Amino acid sequence: MSKEERLRRGQRITWLLVAALLLLVLVLENVIPPSRMLFPVLKKGAVYALVVVSMNLLNGFTGLFSLGQAGFMLVGAYTYAILTIPTALRDGVYYLYGRSAVHFSLPEMYARLLGSSGLGGAVSLTLGVLTALVCAGLSSALAAWLIGLSVLRLRSDYLGIATLGFGEIIRAIYQWDKLGPITNGANMLKSFPTFTSFNIKNTQGQIVLRLSTLVPLMLAGVCIGIMLLLINSSYGRAFKAIREDEVAAEAMGINLARHKMMAFCTSAFFAGVGGAMLAMYQNQVQAKAFTAAMTYEILLIVVLGGIGSVSGSCIASFLFIASSEWWLRFLDNALYIGGFKVPLLRNGFRLVVFSFIIMIVVLFFRQGLMGSRELPELIAGFWQRKHKAKAGEPHG
Amino acid sequence: MLNIENLRVNYGGIEAVKGISFSVPKGEIVTLIGANGAGKSTTLRTIAGLVRPRSGTIRFEESDITGLSPDRIVEQGITLVPEGRRVFPDLTVLENLKIGAYLRRDKLDEDIRWVYDLFPRLKERSWQAAGTLSGGEQQMLAVGRALMSRPKLMMMDEPSLGLAPLIVKGIFEIIREINRQGVTILLIEQNANMALHTAHTAHVLETGRLTLSGSGKELLRDEEVRRAYLG
Repeated sequence: MSKEERLRRGQRITWLLVAALLLLVLVLENVIPPSRMLFPVLKKGAVYALVVVSMNLLNGFTGLFSLGQAGFMLVGAYTYAILTIPTALRDGVYYLYGRSAVHFSLPEMYARLLGSSGLGGAVSLTLGVLTALVCAGLSSALAAWLIGLSVLRLRSDYLGIATLGFGEIIRAIYQWDKLGPITNGANMLKSFPTFTSFNIKNTQGQIVLRLSTLVPLMLAGVCIGIMLLLINSSYGRAFKAIREDEVAAEAMGINLARHKMMAFCTSAFFAGVGGAMLAMYQNQVQAKAFTAAMTYEILLIVVLGGIGSVSGSCIASFLFIASSEWWLRFLDNALYIGGFKVPLLRNGFRLVVFSFIIMIVVLFFRQGLMGSRELPELIAGFWQRKHKAKAGEPHG
Repeated sequence: MLNIENLRVNYGGIEAVKGISFSVPKGEIVTLIGANGAGKSTTLRTIAGLVRPRSGTIRFEESDITGLSPDRIVEQGITLVPEGRRVFPDLTVLENLKIGAYLRRDKLDEDIRWVYDLFPRLKERSWQAAGTLSGGEQQMLAVGRALMSRPKLMMMDEPSLGLAPLIVKGIFEIIREINRQGVTILLIEQNANMALHTAHTAHVLETGRLTLSGSGKELLRDEEVRRAYLG
């Protein structure tokens, strides 16, 4: 088998694996009670995977050190919420500002065309949410384009500082009192469609088929798939060339300004979609949550997964979320074995352990989980080793 | 094919090129030789559009390309093999070649085959990361990558830099072969001996000015050149 064939086989296996996992999630979701921790972890993991890959596209593949991710997520989240809150509930949400300045809701506009009950209702909800998600991405991309005009001329750390500043400014703008009728000021936006809105109910209002975990996974999957296509296209090669050597890339005829802008806006687009999905996951959105700490968390997952590896980013996102929200929870609770109280276990200890794990990974596993490799390559490599072992050759 | 008139370039705060004029006729190998800091690299980088000239004109096949952006200049059919090779280390050999053809939208298979025929060693290393190649192989890749844009004029900045003498000889053979296949070549070199043996026309550049011009053979016999550059 040639290397190309092995790689293609690795890709096929990866896709099968992903499809099988999605199917498993669909089954589990409808068998296991929805109160289990597994489901929020999967939902938040999917949202983070999308945002982390979008940051990796910029920092890992194009070599632009940007720290504006939380800011772009905020723009996306607000755009989504503002476009989808049902008109009947708007006055309740915006009660502090009298009423909302926006008088429509995308799912309702589709519902007027398709009908609001039964299949028509489901389709118009789906279309409305999808349109709003695309708008969320576009608004983030527009913000990225505007600030990219000036900050993309900066190099490495300076770009990081400028984008970090953007994140802080955008958070302040969205909490600005004068914009209250649109952004609801410093108060939260809520009542928009969330992932649970996609659970299929019968006429009595009972849930027939739960889709609330599968939907975010599918959405994130499609977005990550689009980014993968971009990375593997000739544009993606140009991004990597810029990362490796700007001067050589320029000498090959790659227009630096245009390609950096393209990477910056694409990354912001998907960060915006991710921000909107985070709002859907949390059932509410508030500007003050999108702090620089969120950007650092995302950057950390990029590093943990491997800078320049999409599959690494995805795997690391789920592991990170599962550890921080679920697997290490027991450290926060006092534990008695017989009459003996285990020392150190108390509220907050989880974060101490978590920090240690992260430090160990960053100190001793600099490459992260995957380095710059992808899952299909690892599977292909496994095949090669097995093949060699069968032929009685030494490992090489 | 390439005509340079009265070119002045500031680089790093000093006037590195102080009004030079020369031309590169179609189908020839032209070389600029000179010591370190004479302005050779700056001249090439200016033609490639990476540096803007202060004054003067650069004409390529009847059109003025002075001050165009690098991608427009690559489109015109000029390519640069940069000093120190500068291959993309983490990308495979094949990806490096494809980036060389970035501005083209047609089929690349034939040209990849052409480059692999010129450099069979690259074909063996097709899937390897370029950073793992030896210095000579990286130079082959840098040349192959430049050829992928189907250039009319290929400019080479110190192709012999840091390579073993035997490999340098091989590189210059390839340069002649590429030239025979119809690519015009503008070469700058500190290794004056090799360059003068290869070039049809040669110019000597000293602190930003052209001081001597002639055929490669003439300059090889010139007393001053022998003393200053050939030792």
